[in-house]
Amino acid sequence: MTDANCSDTLVEINGLWKVFTDRPVDFDLQYEDAMENLEDNGAVVAVRDVSFQVKRGEVFVIMGLSGSGKSTLIRCISRLVEPTQGEIIVKGQNVLEMDEQQLLEFRRYETAMVFQHYGLLPHRNVIENVAFGLKLRGVSERERNERARTAIARVGLEGWENHYPSQLSGGMRQRVGIARALVQETDLLLMDEPFSGLDPLIRREMQDTLIRLQKEVNKTIVFVTHDLGEAIRLGDRMAVMRQGQFVQQGTPEEIMNNPADEYVERFVADERALLSGKGRQPVYFPSKSRLTKKAKSTSPSAPLAAAGAEVK
Amino acid sequence: MFPEQLHYNVAPFIDRFVKWLVSAWGPFFDGLSNLVLQMLLHIEHFLKWLPWWAWILIVTLLAWRLTHNWLKTILPGVLIFTIGMFGLWEVAMETLGIVIIAVLISLVVGIPVGIAMSSSERVNAVITPILDAMQTMPSLVYLIPALMLFGLGKVPGVFATVIYALPPVVRLTNLGIRQVSREVQEAALVFGASRWQMMKEVRFPLAMPTIMAGINQTTMLALSMVVIASMIGAGGLGEEVLKATNRVAVGKGFEAGWAIVVLAIVIDRISQAAAKSWEPPQN
Repeated sequence: MTDANCSDTLVEINGLWKVFTDRPVDFDLQYEDAMENLEDNGAVVAVRDVSFQVKRGEVFVIMGLSGSGKSTLIRCISRLVEPTQGEIIVKGQNVLEMDEQQLLEFRRYETAMVFQHYGLLPHRNVIENVAFGLKLRGVSERERNERARTAIARVGLEGWENHYPSQLSGGMRQRVGIARALVQETDLLLMDEPFSGLDPLIRREMQDTLIRLQKEVNKTIVFVTHDLGEAIRLGDRMAVMRQGQFVQQGTPEEIMNNPADEYVERFVADERALLSGKGRQPVYFPSKSRLTKKAKSTSPSAPLAAAGAEVK
Repeated sequence: MFPEQLHYNVAPFIDRFVKWLVSAWGPFFDGLSNLVLQMLLHIEHFLKWLPWWAWILIVTLLAWRLTHNWLKTILPGVLIFTIGMFGLWEVAMETLGIVIIAVLISLVVGIPVGIAMSSSERVNAVITPILDAMQTMPSLVYLIPALMLFGLGKVPGVFATVIYALPPVVRLTNLGIRQVSREVQEAALVFGASRWQMMKEVRFPLAMPTIMAGINQTTMLALSMVVIASMIGAGGLGEEVLKATNRVAVGKGFEAGWAIVVLAIVIDRISQAAAKSWEPPQN
């Protein structure tokens, strides 16, 4: 924790647990028995002893299927979900020890977040939505409009400043969501499946936008997704999450080349098939193989590997 | 029959309680009564001071601004004109004055209570049965304590009206705030909204269309209660109805009843249109 690398580690999470239960949790989480006992009593363990570090300027992707606890995990970082046990250190500050006021400041100045369902204010137009975080900080109207305009231009939404969210398409709404996060000029950006609700073409476009923006602004990003392809495209490092645990952590290459277990192997085989099926270049448009994969993977019981094998 | 030995009445206790209230809190109720009366007189004075044609003009302009539909614009003015035509202008203004002040008091009390209910399950659990009781109790019952605390006249009329008209605005404020999307609130929270900012910037404005529906309901109930409150001397259109009923003067009764309906329609339409202007824009 206090080694020489401390300065370029922006986020450090140690032994994080989140247990959803209707009674107070006072147990020693180290014991497997205690856990099982708790789960038998109806508790849900969403995050199970997760540890990782994110370096400054790095994109860290957490990949997992729905119900794997990845959304809960990312919400723990800004304490939208209160962790049960563990340690979250951002820029050397222990987030879990902050009082209400410190937490407020932390959320205002240190983090920004992009949501799958956008979370835009329906009664405010684009510029007001983008400037919302600045308004919460108490920035004057002139300054926040100016900064909001810059951010809007950055995500390619000039001319839409006075439209309302209901008048925009999904992709455009998410651009507003991204602009609202960028305008905060925080080092840390949390993104919870930001592109999952978009159709494949737009998703691709948004991924490219994010890659371009990341080159310009160089944020530290924690990115949650259920799509391995997206994880590989965007991530400098990534983790595969299953039932609240990190199954494997590493660079996308490491994970593609050495899947830690059979579960990861299934994802990887599927993704490899996708890439080799249409030559070496990345799939820019939803090819047949991609559609086949999507169609199969919507059924939860269908093994992903089987879909991949078929394409081969 | 029910055995005599098991008879037990709470009526004497309630009587004694109200009597105690009157004697121990007399100055307080006098002060309150005076305050409300002064406000009422000012409002009434203003309502009567504004010439009838100005009223029609204001209502018509308001209707045009809110609806942009020529039939809906013309109608309220014409309807109001009939009130004057029947010679009921002045009493209608008295009724309107009581409705306005009763609604104002209801909002000042009701909206904060609704907000408190939306943010605390405990408050919700305590207030809900009280609201239920207020709504199921026959409205005439409210006249008695209002009468004892404030005597005869307009002020007890105002208070009886407030009790009767209060529940919808409380309920719908509560409901409106609870209905605000969790996702929007989560987003506001993560950007560092304090409790106050969350209420002011997110929850309250998004609940506003529902709250406006509550205000509309409260206004309608106030109007219907004002008629009943004329039995304890609140005056206004209700008194005309009462007199007509006592004399079996069907024609006069119709005219007064008509004027009440007209007030109801006009207030309802205008407040509904105002409520719509609070909704977030759709495509």
